[in-house]
Amino acid sequence: MTTSTLVATEAARRGFVLRESLGRWDVKLSPYLFISPFFVVFALVGLFPLLYTGWVSVHAWDLLGGEQGWAGSGNFAFVLGQRQFWVALRNTLSIFLLSAVPQLLVATAIAAALDTNLRNKTFWRMSVLLPFVVMPVAVTLIFGSMFGERYGLVNRTLADIGLGPIRWHTDPLASHIAIATMVNFRWTGYNALILLAGMQAIPRDLYEAATIDGATWLRRFFRITVPQLRPTLIFVIITATIGGLQIFDEPRLYDQNGLGGEDQQWMTMTIYLYKLGWTQLNFGRAAAVAWLLFLVVVAIGLVNLAITRRIATSEERAT
Amino acid sequence: MSVLATLNQRRAQARIEQRPGAAVYAFLAVILAASLFPFYWSFLIGSGDAGTLSDTGMSWIPGGNFLANARSVMDNESVNFWRALGNSVVVSSVISISVVFFSTLAGFAFAKLRFRGQHGLLVFIIGTMCVPTQLSVVPLFIAMSTFGWTGTLGAVIVPGLVTAFGVFWMTQYIAQSLPDELVEAARIDGASLFQTFLHIAVPAARPAAAMLALFTFIMSWTNFFWPFIVLNQSNPTLPVALATLQANYFVDYSIVLAGVLLATVPLLVLFVFAGRQLVEGIMRGAIKG
Repeated sequence: MTTSTLVATEAARRGFVLRESLGRWDVKLSPYLFISPFFVVFALVGLFPLLYTGWVSVHAWDLLGGEQGWAGSGNFAFVLGQRQFWVALRNTLSIFLLSAVPQLLVATAIAAALDTNLRNKTFWRMSVLLPFVVMPVAVTLIFGSMFGERYGLVNRTLADIGLGPIRWHTDPLASHIAIATMVNFRWTGYNALILLAGMQAIPRDLYEAATIDGATWLRRFFRITVPQLRPTLIFVIITATIGGLQIFDEPRLYDQNGLGGEDQQWMTMTIYLYKLGWTQLNFGRAAAVAWLLFLVVVAIGLVNLAITRRIATSEERAT
Repeated sequence: MSVLATLNQRRAQARIEQRPGAAVYAFLAVILAASLFPFYWSFLIGSGDAGTLSDTGMSWIPGGNFLANARSVMDNESVNFWRALGNSVVVSSVISISVVFFSTLAGFAFAKLRFRGQHGLLVFIIGTMCVPTQLSVVPLFIAMSTFGWTGTLGAVIVPGLVTAFGVFWMTQYIAQSLPDELVEAARIDGASLFQTFLHIAVPAARPAAAMLALFTFIMSWTNFFWPFIVLNQSNPTLPVALATLQANYFVDYSIVLAGVLLATVPLLVLFVFAGRQLVEGIMRGAIKG
């Protein structure tokens, strides 16, 4: 072997070692680098604000003046002592139930219809998703014009069939129904598609076996489809809960004042939060409401989980 | 042989599976009518004048004022329609591109690479999806005003740069659609992890990336709460401009609903071309979710 080849091999070996160690660092560090953008953004706009909300909520805090000193549980005590808070909680839950329950039932029916051997499948699927592209703000303005108390389409139609006008902007329950209709318009088809996907994942043999055993369509639906759909139902219900309890856009634009009606008929928790923070300029109290809203979301989420679990297990037991 | 037999049996069964009856089509047609009616109603009122809504003998045939009403929306100085449209395009595009890029990068790491804490970190990301955004709105606003970002598009864009949903979605897709052998082959050829990502993972993830982009674009286009809080009338996005429009014209629904249609048309066009992919994406996301 000549010296030059020795040098060459040595250089190659060094190059290899260098590449090797670079490669090792690459393997060790790169995965963390690749996932870091999420954590950086989350730390800045998720985690930090979350903790800071806790900090602000125990201080007197003014939108213009900033921190005004320790308040302890003062903000929470104040908020919980307000009639408005409880009205907001009632309205939020009422609108949530009025939208979530019918929406889920209709979405399941649509999904069942779409799960048949339709002609032009894609057309029908797209047709139920169409409302999803309309922004909630636009949906509210459209439906707001239909739910007018004097000239609205709905009341005029009611008058045509001999029924008295409903006071959509005065009566709390009526306003909740109107707002729930807007939510349902936008989300029913979307949820139907998710449920449809869940239905299509159910093994067809189950249905065939049941058909051979002489089960009717209805029986198959309740004994096979519903229990098998449980994970999808839980997913739909949880997302509907998180989104539904934070409802803001629809009640905000339901009238031109945007504060939930003269007598807080449709003032939701998030509207109340906005009102405390951005019209009364009291950030401490707004942050307290944010935390209370979070607790409500968690509580309702757990209740939902328990209900879905029970429905599904009792179905299984019945079969 | 037996495989072939089962296949044939399957096919026979598929052929036997009946077309649904007229009741199913009728039901779906009612749903379709309910989806379409609000669009027709908006055009009906939006093409009339200030008196159309209160006219007791209201006609079901659209009037001829739509362009004039649209003009009123565009010319209104406090509504800032064109600026809002431009802002919405910029915000939604930047957020979509960023979400897709960072989610694909993270999804590749979670699905195909091995590192300490991998599982726990992914579970953590999914967990963050359950935290309501409203919870952080107060301190986020304080932070934005401290940095002087209120009223700027950056205040809307930055919080949306990556989403937990996007990371979760791309992780699922890449785990299933990108063979480990391809990643290994690239590594043996001496490609760095980032090169492997660019040349192997990105092409494989393209269909899922397109769906994620579409979904993110729609979510960001329709988003109201945070932009409404942090932006102002002089530099709005479309939903914020619509809120201003309503406040200015609450007595004249013909102009409000003309504005509503103008703000909705871009997504309707997108839906016509990409609705099929959107349907597919939502359904695909659901099974794994």
